[in-house]
This record gives sequence, C-alpha cells and structure tokens, in this order.
Amino acid sequence: MTLDSSTVGSRRRRSGARGSRAGLAFVAGYALLLVAFGVLPTGYAIYFAFTDAGGSFTGLANFVSTAQDFRFVDAIGHVALYLLFWLVSLVVFVVGLALLLHRLSSGSISRTLRFLYYIPGALAGAASVLVWLFMLDPTVSPVGSLLGMLGFDTFGEVIAPGNLPVLFTAIAFWTGAGGWIVVMYGALNNIPHDVLEAARIDGAGAWQTAWHVQIPMLRKWIVYMVILAFAGGAQLFVEPQLLSLASVGVAGRDYSLNQLTYDFAFQMNNVNGAAAVSMELLVVSVTAAGFFVARSGFFDAD
Amino acid sequence: MTRAPHRASRQSHQPVRNASYRLLTGSVLAVFAVFFVLPVLWLVLAATKTDQQLVHDNPLSFGSWDALLANWDALKGFQDGAILQWLGNSALYAVISLVITLCVSVPAGYALAMTEFRGRRLLLVSTLVVMLMPSATLVVPLFLEVNAAHLIGTMWSIILPYAFYPFGVYLTYIYFTTAVPKDLLAAARMDGCSELGVFRHIALPLATPVIALVGFFSFVANWTNYFLPYVMLPQDDQMPVQVGVGNLLSSVPQFNPTAGSLAVERPQLALATLVAITPVLVVFLFAQRFLVSGMLAGATKE
Repeated sequence: MTLDSSTVGSRRRRSGARGSRAGLAFVAGYALLLVAFGVLPTGYAIYFAFTDAGGSFTGLANFVSTAQDFRFVDAIGHVALYLLFWLVSLVVFVVGLALLLHRLSSGSISRTLRFLYYIPGALAGAASVLVWLFMLDPTVSPVGSLLGMLGFDTFGEVIAPGNLPVLFTAIAFWTGAGGWIVVMYGALNNIPHDVLEAARIDGAGAWQTAWHVQIPMLRKWIVYMVILAFAGGAQLFVEPQLLSLASVGVAGRDYSLNQLTYDFAFQMNNVNGAAAVSMELLVVSVTAAGFFVARSGFFDAD
Repeated sequence: MTRAPHRASRQSHQPVRNASYRLLTGSVLAVFAVFFVLPVLWLVLAATKTDQQLVHDNPLSFGSWDALLANWDALKGFQDGAILQWLGNSALYAVISLVITLCVSVPAGYALAMTEFRGRRLLLVSTLVVMLMPSATLVVPLFLEVNAAHLIGTMWSIILPYAFYPFGVYLTYIYFTTAVPKDLLAAARMDGCSELGVFRHIALPLATPVIALVGFFSFVANWTNYFLPYVMLPQDDQMPVQVGVGNLLSSVPQFNPTAGSLAVERPQLALATLVAITPVLVVFLFAQRFLVSGMLAGATKE
C-alpha cells in the first residue's frame, strides 16, 4: 500500500464518519419505533410459537397440531387461489389504466378519473365489505339484473363457495386499485419527457412505448405493489369474516389462514397455536419478498 | 389495415385509426369509472331512503330529504350521539400518528437513500421485511406487549403502532434514490452546508410531493384501520368510527337476527358509513394538488 492511497483512504473514512453520525441521527426515531413495534412483537410471536401455555419449550408441537386441524389445508388453498386472482388483476389493470390515463391529452379528465377510481379507497376495511354485501344482494343491488343474467337470483347463490375468490378479488380491487393507480401515475410522471420524446421520434407507437420504455421504468414500483398486495392478500380476514356474519355462518367461516389464527387465539384460547400459524404466514411472505427483491434489483438504487 | 384500398393515403387513414383507438380507450376508462363509482353512488342514495324504499324503489333513485334527516336523527340518537364521539376519536388518533410518522420517517428515508452509516443495509432490509409482514399477524403479540406496558385502553396503544409506518420510510427512500440527484447534495456539502442544513434546505423542499404522499397514505391507513383499535380500545367511548360502524353493523336485524330492540335500519348504516369515510375523501381532495403535480414537480429539470 503506498502512502498516497492510504491518505485518500483516511480522508474518505473521515467524511464517511461525518455522514455516518448524521445518518444515524436521522434514522434514530424510526429505528426506535421499528424495534418497539416491529422487532419486539415478532420476537413475541416466535417465542409463543415454540412454547406452550405454561411457557416451556415445546419444539414444533404447535406447528404440528395446527397443521392437523381439518380446516388448515382448505384455508391454504382458499388464500392461494384468491392471491392468484388478486395479484394478476392488480398488475394488469393498474398498470394498464395508469398508462391509459397518462396518455390522455386532457389533464382535467385524467385528474377526474383518477379521483373517481380512488374514491373507494376511502372505504377500505369494514366499509367496503359492507357496501359489497349490498351490491351482491340481488334484492337491493343496483346490478341486480346483471346478477340475474349471470344466473344468480338470491344472495345465497351469489356467495356460493366457488365464487368467493372472485368476489374477494373484486372487493380488494375496488378498494385498493385506485391508490395504486395514483402511485403508478406519479411514477409515470417521473419518467423524463425526453425519453418518451426520443421513443416517439424513433417511431415507437403507444404499445411499443408502453412495453419497451414505460413498463420497464415502472418495474420497481410494480414489484413494490405486488409485494405489498401479496402481504395484504395473505392476511385476508375482514372480508370472509363479515361475510360469514352476514350469511349467518354459511359462507366465509374459517375461510382464510388468519381467520384460523383468530379462532385459535380468541375462540379456542390457544395463543401458541395462533402464533405458530402467524409465523408460517410470515415465513411465506418473507420468502416471496426475497424472491422479488432478488429478481427485480430492488436494492440496486445505490 | 391490411386490406387498405390503394387510393387511401396514409394521411387519410390515420384519423380513423386514431378515432377507434380513442373510442376503445374511452370505453375502457368509462367502464372502470362505473365499476368504481356505482357502489359509492348507491351508498349515497341509500342514505336518503327508508328501508322500504331501499328494497322496492329503483336502486339509483333519490329517496327524500326528510328520510335523510330522519336517518341522521336516528343515527345521532344511537347511544346518545356516539357517532360524533367516534369521529372525534378517529380524528385525534389519526392526526397525532400522522405527525409522528412524518417526523420520523421522512428523515429516515432520506438518510437511507442519501447517506452512509453503519447498519444502513440492515435497517433497509428490516424495513422491507416488517413492511411485508401482514400487520394482522402482529396484532396478538402487540396486544401482549402493550398489555405488559400497561397501555391498553389508552390512545397510545394505537397511536404508537400507527406511527411506525415502514411504508412511509420506503416511499421516501425510493423517492430520494430515484428523483433527487446525489450530486446536488454533494455540491451543498462542498459549499460548507452541515448535514442538517443539507436536509433542511435542499432535501426537504424537494421532498414536498413525497411528504404529501406519505402523509396521505398514513392518514388513510390510520383512519381506516379496524382490527388494532378493536383489540386495544375495548370501551365504547374510545372507539374510532370504523369500529363504531362495525358495532352498528351488528345492530342491523338483516345482518344479525338477534339485534333486538336497539335495531338500526340499513339506510342509517349506509349514512354512518358515508359519514365515516368523508374525512378521507376531503383529505384526498386537498392532497390531490400534490399528487397530480407529479413526484418531482420540475425540481431538477433546469
């Protein structure tokens, strides 16, 4: 090592130390919250998953007993099918609609439409389910005739088990898509105008520009949307729970993994079993996230 | 196009293609507008009807102002104006959490994107992981943790978990990495600006769009959260309006045949849902100026 390079090295270290201290100060508050409300509860979940009610270590007993519950495999199938519908429809329609909106020459129409698409976002959670219970009941629904044409004459027929993945997808899309369209539209605005202009001069039409220029530049945001939607979808809970309430337990009871979790925790008084199922959900999410992160170059921004 | 008559020149063909393309685009956008808006429109009109009218009248007809007033009086009468108390609670919880979220997550996202410090990558990865974890998974462990801290039944039991908002940190991080050039900050440092000065005078003004975006999503998430307050704040007078509306739902005989003498009619429930979502809509209208102006608003164009 020459004298020269070591001086450069030490100067770099010194400026790095300055940035390092400042960086730590900027993240301190957030890091505190992360530990208190992210790490600590996760630790609790892991602890409970591997112990019994008395607090002694039980190995995998909680995982085995919950997996042997007769509702467990069905619930996995339900959630997986729902996730498939939900993610595909989200990616195709959100990206498609954002691109169409971005191409509109009239700014005020585009703005109005984004607002209209977003409105259901305000009904997230219990409110959206409630509205859709009405929408799916042919006696009061504004699309009752449409339901009739599809062969559904009663609420019971509409909420038949085979229809539930599609219905939950519709509810989730109705509430969630507008927000993502706003985000995606913002990301499209971020693409430098010269890039689009260059594509146009090279003779690219709307399709080619979208496929070869805009969508690749949106990739980071699309991956981000998919990961979050996956996480949200995997915890499917409010929709089947309220549906089961409204149908007096006929549809949606013990439908999703999270419903099982709450059943274990609050009905069967088995917090440790609930923690075990929660941990399984957690592992699935993190694995999927790792896959997306690796494939998308998520952390390449540096 | 393949069977284009030879007399037709390219110029005369273009408008036809253009028109059919515009028609297609227009109808796709319009169909989705109906999908997103129709249920909301129905909800608004439902609040102006009696329960009789809801079932027998045209689903998209207006009831009467008298019925609306009667519904509002009945709603206010439910547990002596509980609805107003719930709205106040929601506002208090959502706003305090929002302020804490912005104060901690904007500096954190900035530091993750623009500075180097020990543990940066660890923080980034754990942010992503916690963000991906279904929040419902942590409800039971959070309950145990907050219970141990003797905060159950206080507003901090939901405000602090709300304030921890990794999504906001990630949005800020991704905004700074993609839209603010590092050179800009390096130049300011070269001019002798302190790290805090760089953040306050250079980064923060550029970050206005993302602050609006984070604030907006955080407020909506706080306002619409159902399960956490349901577990943490069991008393009626502490409920946010989402949980309150859920309470109303179980007092509607059509959904819960055992509702008894305190029965709430369906149009009153529709009105309560409307009232509960209004603040989120108002905030969206207010924030739209920022959202629409794009993510960077020309800050680095010159």
